[in-house]
Amino acid sequence: MRLNLLLASAAALALTASSVQTQAQVQAPPAQAGQPVEVEIDQGVLKPLQIAVVPFTGDHGTDISNVVSGNLRRSGFFEPLDPAGFIETGLTLANAPNFPQWTQIGAQAVLYGAVTPRADNRLDVGFRLYDPYRQCQLVSYQFTATQEQWRRIAHKISDVIYQRMTGEAGFFDSRVLFVSEEGTQLNRINRLTIADQDGFNPTYLTQGDEVIMSPRFSISQPDEITYVALGKDYSRIYLRNLTTGRTESLGEFDGQVLAPRFSNDGNKIAFSIIRNGNTDIYVMDLRSRQLSRLTSDPGIDTSPSFSPDGSQIVFNSDRSGTARLYVMRADGSGQRPISRGGGVYTAPSWSPTGNLIAFTKQGGGRFSTGVMNADGSGERILSSSYFEEGPNWAPNGRYVMFARQTRGGDTRLWTVDLSGRVVAQAGYNGRGTDPAWSPLLDAPPSNIGLGQGADSCPA
Amino acid sequence: MKTSRIITLAMVGCAVAAMSACARKPVEGAVPTEPTAPTTGPAYPTAPTGPISGGNMGAAAPGSEQDFVVNVGDRIYFDLDSYDVRPEAMPRLDAQAQWLARYPQVTVRIEGNADERGTREYNLALGARRAEAVRTYLINRGVPAGRIDTISYGKERPIAEGSSEDSWARNRNAHTAIVSGAPR
Repeated sequence: MRLNLLLASAAALALTASSVQTQAQVQAPPAQAGQPVEVEIDQGVLKPLQIAVVPFTGDHGTDISNVVSGNLRRSGFFEPLDPAGFIETGLTLANAPNFPQWTQIGAQAVLYGAVTPRADNRLDVGFRLYDPYRQCQLVSYQFTATQEQWRRIAHKISDVIYQRMTGEAGFFDSRVLFVSEEGTQLNRINRLTIADQDGFNPTYLTQGDEVIMSPRFSISQPDEITYVALGKDYSRIYLRNLTTGRTESLGEFDGQVLAPRFSNDGNKIAFSIIRNGNTDIYVMDLRSRQLSRLTSDPGIDTSPSFSPDGSQIVFNSDRSGTARLYVMRADGSGQRPISRGGGVYTAPSWSPTGNLIAFTKQGGGRFSTGVMNADGSGERILSSSYFEEGPNWAPNGRYVMFARQTRGGDTRLWTVDLSGRVVAQAGYNGRGTDPAWSPLLDAPPSNIGLGQGADSCPA
Repeated sequence: MKTSRIITLAMVGCAVAAMSACARKPVEGAVPTEPTAPTTGPAYPTAPTGPISGGNMGAAAPGSEQDFVVNVGDRIYFDLDSYDVRPEAMPRLDAQAQWLARYPQVTVRIEGNADERGTREYNLALGARRAEAVRTYLINRGVPAGRIDTISYGKERPIAEGSSEDSWARNRNAHTAIVSGAPR
């Protein structure tokens, strides 16, 4: 299968061949993002990077290693080896691994670390990652945080490993907003829910007495979220601060509101209002509360999504008959269709990298998750099933999360990577729909000590 | 105007809900109860005696919500991807308009619904078109616009279970709900 990977990465290259070739390719410097590279991917010989994640020593050490292993495995780029097969024991941060004992079990990378309590009760979590074939250190780092934050430390370690091995930014230290579902088809209870990216620490944010739709983070202020609450006789767009819990209505509008989205700078919200059966897109400046109408044709115009620079909005419209994707400038000017194929296109989502738009496509009795370039070219379907909808991007732009429903069954959260190879159920394995991925919770370490040690792998 | 009515109604609804909540006794936590001792002898006292009489259930009181639901019909169905009122649905909407003319104090809310074969937001917009089609029809039959609100539930409130053509067809509907002015 020939795939044009727009975001080339060392890991993507590593996946192309047998483990022996992979080992050589890992040595290559990561390709620059944005350089299109044609990669021949044959599903038959795909082999994720074999990594040995040694249980960390100290309090929460094993827990941290387990979280890191789970993250790396779900990414599809790594295959953590079973610790039962490890030969070397007693590996400490003071030593380098005994390399032949790791190459003997096929480990292409070895991660180990230690948790050390500090006088102030916080934890130091140090770790090293080695390449046992080249016998050099890939990365080492130490995070410090309170004990309660051990999961976040594990996610940040995962991000460092992911970044070092793929050349791309990580995405594990992030959270997901979604609508969890309970009950039967005819008596469904749904609640706005937030959880860590891997599904842990799920917390209900609403009570279940309203239908919740379309949650989204403000990318610049991930503490601020928006969502729609649909009651028996009202619909409201809410703005909510996750730290304070303060929740306010965006306002009362003459008509039913839906589909709110922040601009990436957090200053505006685009959304739709239905008036007399006609759905159009509006934008509100959150500081002046001034409302502007962006579309005015008789078709359904909804599901707006800002480009990362805020200059454009992608949306869906059925003004031509069936729903297609359109792009306009943020002031509503220059509206033009971009999707080119047949079928019904809805739920567009502009990638954080700016170059791609993810969407849901309905055709041939099935629903698909796909991506296209921002000008509509290069459409690729990543995943298809009986029903799936609502792709939303991981902060690094490598994955989208979406909701998939089995025929007559439940709806759950899934992820797929840009190659379409890694289709997996998301970490949260309860019922849920409408996922929205947060940005990274804080900035990743800027200096991970590459090439600074005596035995560092050559850059 | 429409929205403010919706809000007012929402507030009234909240107040009513609050009142009933106050009237209700607080729910008590589960308390382990003693298993009841097995009874000896008959489980009920003496066998009940005396004649049992019967009669017809009363017909729905004219002008009641039940009258509207049973004798007029409160829901019409739509074709796939369509918001045109089907010809066979027109007699029912005509009957709704006549009934509303007879009981001019009644206000209604038209609730638009869609099947599960579409994305959530888009289906909300589709359901709104169905609700509006019914509202327009009723207005054209003489029902004052001020007595009709609309809302779309999209695919969020299905009435038929399952993932079959049949259940999807039932879930593509517009429901005329009585908001005020009629006893249950």
